[in-house]
Amino acid sequence: MSEAPLEGTPAIRVVVSTDAIDVAAEHAALEQGGAVATFTGLVRADDGVATLELEHYPGATEAALTRLAEEAARRWSLAAVTIVHRVGPMRPGERIVFTGAASAHRAAALEACAFLIDRLKTDAPFWKREVVDGHGRWVEARDSDDHAADRWR
Amino acid sequence: MQLLYFAWVRERIGVSEEQVSPPPEIATVADLIGWLSGRSDGHAAAFAEPTRLRAAVDQAFVPLDTRIAGAREVAIFPPVTGG
Repeated sequence: MSEAPLEGTPAIRVVVSTDAIDVAAEHAALEQGGAVATFTGLVRADDGVATLELEHYPGATEAALTRLAEEAARRWSLAAVTIVHRVGPMRPGERIVFTGAASAHRAAALEACAFLIDRLKTDAPFWKREVVDGHGRWVEARDSDDHAADRWR
Repeated sequence: MQLLYFAWVRERIGVSEEQVSPPPEIATVADLIGWLSGRSDGHAAAFAEPTRLRAAVDQAFVPLDTRIAGAREVAIFPPVTGG
């Protein structure tokens, strides 16, 4: 197999949707360049959460995720970058977020994938609301997320 | 100027958006938040703790000391919790 450096502009795919995330299809679309790294986040059932609702800032959300994907493409040699975030109501166990990066080699793919999910948590306008026993409560931002994002700055 | 509110800021104010014309002395996002606090009890409740608020001007995240002259759209919201 050829291992020539990747050339050209990486394929960037950003999706914000109420639809379920099809990980197999997203992964298959990234299978180019030699290495694919992906992260999938699932809704946790912490403290009896029955429903998680995701609010976002239409327009600004897609722009923020696209900027993040473009920054990853500048920092690492990538063939493709994908960010998919679900919005609206969802249940524990369902997929809420998917990030993926394709590259010639594993290091760039793994690092870019970690960068995407760490920075997504602080740089994109999403808000989580948990419904427990019929009562809604907004999820508080966590300092640990800020620290995880800061290591890429 | 179009204002947008999200999450508990939206819930406390009771609307997701409104149109305002702040006076010229309202120079920054922080000034705007202070000025808006006088509009209703809901605004006062939403903006009681400015350290818990974040903002975007024309869809870009900005610090609260950012000037708003010429801004078309200002969004005010809690710290984000996606992912």
